[in-house]
Amino acid sequence: MSKLLKVGAAATAALLSLGLAACGGGDDDSSSSGSSSTVSDADVTAALEKGGNLTVWAWEPTLKNVVTEFQKKYPNVKVDLVNAGTGNDQYTALQNAVAAGKGIPDVAQIEYYALPQFALGKSLTDLTGFGAENLKADFAPGPWNSVHSSNVAYGLPMDSGPMALYYNKNVFDKYGIKVPTTWDEYLDAARKLHKADPKAYITNDTGDAGFTTSMIWQAGGKPYTVDGTNVTINFSDEGSKKFEQVWQTLITEKLIAPISSWSDQWFQGMQNDTIATIATGAWMPANFVSSAPAASGKWRVADMPQWTAGANASAENGGSALSLMNKGLNNNQALAYGFTKFANDGDGVQIRVDGGAFPATTKQLSDSKFLNSEFKYFGGQKANEIFAKSSQNVVTGWTYLPFQVYSNSIFNDTAGKAYVSSTTLADGLKAWQDQSAKYGNEQGFTVK
Amino acid sequence: MTTSVETRSAKPLTVRESARNKKRRKGSVTLTVLTALMAVYSLVPLGWLLINSTKTQGGLFTSFGLWFDRDGKFALWQNIHDTFTYNDGIFLRWFGNTLLYVVVGAGGATLLAALAGYGLAKFNFVGKRAVFAIVLGAVAVPGTALAVPTFLMFSKLGLTNTPWAVIIPSLITPFGLYLMWTFAAQAIPDEMLEAARMDGAGEFRTFFRISVPLLAPGIVTVALFSIVATWNNYFLPLIMLKDPDWYPLTVGLNAWNAQSTTAGGEAVYNLVITGSLLTILPLLAAFLLLQRYWQSGLSAGSVKE
Amino acid sequence: MAVLQPAVARRRRSWRGWQFVGPFMLIFALVFLAPIVYSIYLSLYRNQLIGGNSFVGLDNYTRLFQDSQFWESFGRVAIFLVVQVPIMLILALVVALAIDSGRLYGKAFFRVSIFLPYAVPAVVATLMWGFIYGDQFGLVGNINDAFNISLPNPLSPHLALASIGNIVTWEFIGYNMLIFYSALRVIPGSLYESAALDGAGQFRIIRSIKLPAIRGALSIATIFSIIGSFQLFTEPVILQPLAPNAITTYFTPNLYAYQLSFSGQQYNYAATVAIIMGIITMVIAYVVQLRGNRES
Repeated sequence: MSKLLKVGAAATAALLSLGLAACGGGDDDSSSSGSSSTVSDADVTAALEKGGNLTVWAWEPTLKNVVTEFQKKYPNVKVDLVNAGTGNDQYTALQNAVAAGKGIPDVAQIEYYALPQFALGKSLTDLTGFGAENLKADFAPGPWNSVHSSNVAYGLPMDSGPMALYYNKNVFDKYGIKVPTTWDEYLDAARKLHKADPKAYITNDTGDAGFTTSMIWQAGGKPYTVDGTNVTINFSDEGSKKFEQVWQTLITEKLIAPISSWSDQWFQGMQNDTIATIATGAWMPANFVSSAPAASGKWRVADMPQWTAGANASAENGGSALSLMNKGLNNNQALAYGFTKFANDGDGVQIRVDGGAFPATTKQLSDSKFLNSEFKYFGGQKANEIFAKSSQNVVTGWTYLPFQVYSNSIFNDTAGKAYVSSTTLADGLKAWQDQSAKYGNEQGFTVK
Repeated sequence: MTTSVETRSAKPLTVRESARNKKRRKGSVTLTVLTALMAVYSLVPLGWLLINSTKTQGGLFTSFGLWFDRDGKFALWQNIHDTFTYNDGIFLRWFGNTLLYVVVGAGGATLLAALAGYGLAKFNFVGKRAVFAIVLGAVAVPGTALAVPTFLMFSKLGLTNTPWAVIIPSLITPFGLYLMWTFAAQAIPDEMLEAARMDGAGEFRTFFRISVPLLAPGIVTVALFSIVATWNNYFLPLIMLKDPDWYPLTVGLNAWNAQSTTAGGEAVYNLVITGSLLTILPLLAAFLLLQRYWQSGLSAGSVKE
Repeated sequence: MAVLQPAVARRRRSWRGWQFVGPFMLIFALVFLAPIVYSIYLSLYRNQLIGGNSFVGLDNYTRLFQDSQFWESFGRVAIFLVVQVPIMLILALVVALAIDSGRLYGKAFFRVSIFLPYAVPAVVATLMWGFIYGDQFGLVGNINDAFNISLPNPLSPHLALASIGNIVTWEFIGYNMLIFYSALRVIPGSLYESAALDGAGQFRIIRSIKLPAIRGALSIATIFSIIGSFQLFTEPVILQPLAPNAITTYFTPNLYAYQLSFSGQQYNYAATVAIIMGIITMVIAYVVQLRGNRES
């Protein structure tokens, strides 16, 4: 072997071992659990005054203004707000950063359904030591419950998504259909509408894990129970059955537009009267305004249809928290907490509400100015009243899986079959349950 | 007409020539129509892109896809303006990033491929067979699946979320290596190299002074293909970069396409479409302008095998 | 394959070549070999959310051989390979022959226009076709309305693979056409002369002169297409939000590996999928090349 070749080979070997050594370390970094050290309010204030850098990963658009105001108030702090992708994309990036042990942001936006997974992965900081529990009264109970995993707070609620039924009033008026107050009436309305206009559908759905779980939640179902690493998944409880039966009928009778939410065809459908209702979270108005401007004035908001006539049950759909990450880039948790509190419990909340976001704080939710604000898009309707009422009526006791992100990602592989083939929704949900349980067991949980 | 008939009768032996003349004059309508169908297939989606980049966000949803929005306004200039100014003009930044990745990445890839191809073609050295076997073998492993190990490695080296994470992997083009190898093997006569060595010129001097000019068409071809590969690169930057300030156009456009999918997000399909059009224009221009070079480079590259 | 002149070979069998090959191989080792070696290492371990990292030997491999999702995805790209690649290559070859025949009107136009899609990034091409495929309000929907027909939804489970095949074909016909065309152009004229003297027709010339002469180009295009098919990823992943039930998370092996590592954090098993797919691809590419060589 010649000299140069030897040098080359040595260099390659060095690189390889560097790679191996480097990566080996990144895999099982579970030593620091972020167990709570005590950080007093005074510490936080001091950190804010002293200043420093902070990296925040979030995609929520109104945070931009919050950062601007925050830096005005605390001129020594420099916040780097990074949009590392929406939802799943950001979680992927976050998981990669955690696995590599490098480039982890100080603060990250995490949706409620994903929070237990990151908490369990020991990526998030326990906020007990920061005195987070003292803030309990500031937040609506639903979102407050959602930032907890095993009774420990892993973030402060940023927004919430109490559900409501958005409906195209034009379409309902045109065909003389009554706005449904129960899911049975919803089914009737769906039939009438599609008969009157074969191009029009009561709603769209191609199978959406978040929507499905929210609907089951509203119906009183509790398919998930989590006790440490003991988990059960069961879609045969009564709440799940209620949803499954109504939705199966809608699918079988082809009353649902086969359009995926958030696709270009979806926005089109909202604007050309072919999608008549959307049941979703209270954050939706901003999306209507920005992405379906042509339908301004046509749509209205109503309470969620009920599973039992006369009831007033609701559920959350979406919503996210800001969480402190362990081993963040700038290693300044007092500062990170200061920002999180400013954004989610302090001045930031009003800034975000003014930008069109839906709050999770009781102060804003009961503020008369907030409740009385008229939505031009909804023909001057005071929609926040409906949302605020919904947020009061969220069914309690719901939990997500500690591996919900993965579980949701395989919803369409399993339950999705019910939307495009002869597989029933019941069988689809069963398959989803089985596949999720299989994954849970592989990951070391005890899933029943 | 007369002359060629005369030529033919006068020189009956040059059959090939007259046959070719005849062919040139007698085009086949059937063949042309069939090929035209293929051209239509190739061009219709591009036409769709062009037509729809003239529509507003609203017009996209209300007008026929393959024709202009007759009720709406002609919004091409507005769309181009908006594309360049949306989000504080980040599109321009993405454009600049893409150029950076292309110049350094594709430029470096071409240089490395030219050097290595030349080395493989003109030298016999220990481990030469192994080089080809290893390169071809490694190409077969799906890159997507190597993404995580690569990411973890790069992360430890502090390269993620920097332009290097995109540039370094783009420096390798196995197809370019193959092309340069076959090209160098035939374009550079060994006698010429021997003569240069007799004169005492060093190997690198010989390469740059004598070989590079001979390799020019091959180099342009490899450069163009590397440019396309880098320009179109999507997956690698997607996982390597977190900061939109370092996105290339492809990742940025898909981010725009996905941004409507969240609370408070805004659908900007008109900008996605116009941005797509603006993304492919420079490449189309490069290909059209450099046609002569890459076509001869490809011909030479593919003849020998 | 290589054209080594024996004289040069004898005189210069030394390390000098490495001066030129070295830089390429160094980067190559960093971006290809090191991750592969690391993947092999990873594939021998298992990392759980609860319980951490442990050495499991070949467990991941035995699991893979019984994993119906993996084999389903493999079967899908195999079908894709057997159907899409020949269609694309034959169309490309026919167009290349047509342009080379000299019997086309406006051949320069065709050459360029059929090549253009290659310059379109796969992301842009897929976004574009995604808009076109919309059967409610997309172009397909427009056509249904205009002609009052009902074309099937291109993104339904039965048609999704074909629709993706169409996108890939669209993207790469021009590229392959150019490779073939370039090879055709350099066939020595003397070959045609003797054929014409024998009074051979166009089809015989194609069969006995042109095709054998571009065998090398055909075999390289085939190998790269095989590798491309097995690595199918960008097109399905961008279409997935539009057709979530048709394009599953294990639609192609590459997508499966991506899902395993990024959604499921099963890096170890994903590495196993990558290695096995790499070996399969290598074997098939090798067999194709052997056959190509033997036919000479």
